[in-house]
Amino acid sequence: MSSVAVIDYGMGNLHSVAKALEFVEPGVEVRVTADPALVASADRVILPGVGAIRDCVAEMLRLGVDKEVTDAIESGKPFLGICVGMQALMQHSEENGGVECLSHFDGHVKYFGDDLKENGERLKVPHMGWNEVTQLGDHPLWADIPDGSRFYFVHSYYVEAKNRDLVAGRCHYGKAFDVALARDNAFAVQFHPEKSSKAGLQLLKNFLNWDGKI
Amino acid sequence: MALAKRIIPCLDVENGRVVKGVQFVDIRDAGDPVEVAKRYDEQGADEITFLDITATHEGRDTMVHTVERMASQVFIPLTVGGGIRTCDDIRTMLNAGADKVSINSAAVFNPEFVKEAADRFGSQCIVVAIDAKKVSKAGEENRWEIFTHGGRKSTGIDAIEWAQKMVALGAGEILLTSMDQDGVKNGYDLEVTRAISEAVNVPIIASGGVGNLDHLVEGCIEGKADAVLAASIFHFNEYSIPQAKAHMREHGIEVRL
Repeated sequence: MSSVAVIDYGMGNLHSVAKALEFVEPGVEVRVTADPALVASADRVILPGVGAIRDCVAEMLRLGVDKEVTDAIESGKPFLGICVGMQALMQHSEENGGVECLSHFDGHVKYFGDDLKENGERLKVPHMGWNEVTQLGDHPLWADIPDGSRFYFVHSYYVEAKNRDLVAGRCHYGKAFDVALARDNAFAVQFHPEKSSKAGLQLLKNFLNWDGKI
Repeated sequence: MALAKRIIPCLDVENGRVVKGVQFVDIRDAGDPVEVAKRYDEQGADEITFLDITATHEGRDTMVHTVERMASQVFIPLTVGGGIRTCDDIRTMLNAGADKVSINSAAVFNPEFVKEAADRFGSQCIVVAIDAKKVSKAGEENRWEIFTHGGRKSTGIDAIEWAQKMVALGAGEILLTSMDQDGVKNGYDLEVTRAISEAVNVPIIASGGVGNLDHLVEGCIEGKADAVLAASIFHFNEYSIPQAKAHMREHGIEVRL
């Protein structure tokens, strides 16, 4: 049976991600851990994240999670970043007065702004709830998920990737922004697949069936 | 293409069992909150709220197990409210698998608790529940106050100012129950819902008084709510979630189908 490491750096509840993986593939070995050996020996790696980016990145650096992430991505095994786990892969975030991130993808994380509007109507921040994701191109992780499916989001900052070829999904909330990035064996999403009912569970299932190749 | 307005069925849970009854014909155990939540997920509910009305410690432990079972079977956001008084209470519920907790009277007794909770766990999981009741008389300028003890005790606190204060302290969402309307089925109090929705920059969940599907539509359009919470109209099979969403869509509201 295959194994998947859900990297635990002490920020937030990883129970849902682990339970969703066990739900879509009963018998899968889910390791909620920051132990470098357990992460390195897992077949797949997930970097989740909730909360403020400064604390997240600080804990990652303190626990050596940054190196585990680099090793996982370079090893060629399937890798998935979720929410702040996606944002942490970028170069820099505007949150908390500016935070240097892990720089696996070129680009920045920006604030939606306090004057976000759509057709003259003010929009609330955080962007919280179910929004439509436009898939850009085919990717094994989009298999059996209809284009435009709604996923569950909770975030006040969004990703803007520099290399547009790596953008695998987009969303619109006052402005268009990047919600899925893909490069080789790495995939990252801004939404929470573990909270997105059928569409999200399908994405996790696709991840567990993915060989890391496009 | 836009963010969908959310429909949130709310279950009152006592000692791990659904109270006030849920009437689903073909459900294995309509008293089990997890079975009911599963059904709502299948129907397309966007979130679930469990309101724990248990008074005893033993009952609270049962609630934790219920949340754990829910989190391993139902994969939409879950909010747990009722009896959340300390950061330990919050940690217990989040670790059990809740995504958000809703703080009500504890915020009134100690507003700093909201700040402490938001600093510790992040605003995204802190919902502040506000029970508001209109206190102005006919002909006077509208004024709503915060009530506690199920609407029996006035605090004298202005509801709009209170909502702003809660958001400033770190509330990520406001669950607004208009007490005048609760259980009366005349619809949400649209004025207070709209006033608070316009006064703060976080999502507002409208609650209290839903009797038909038009009330959900009004809550979103006139009340400017970001989400609508309802209990009995769904529990007693008066309307299904797909019917509610179809009705909202007919009125031009974005929903997740």
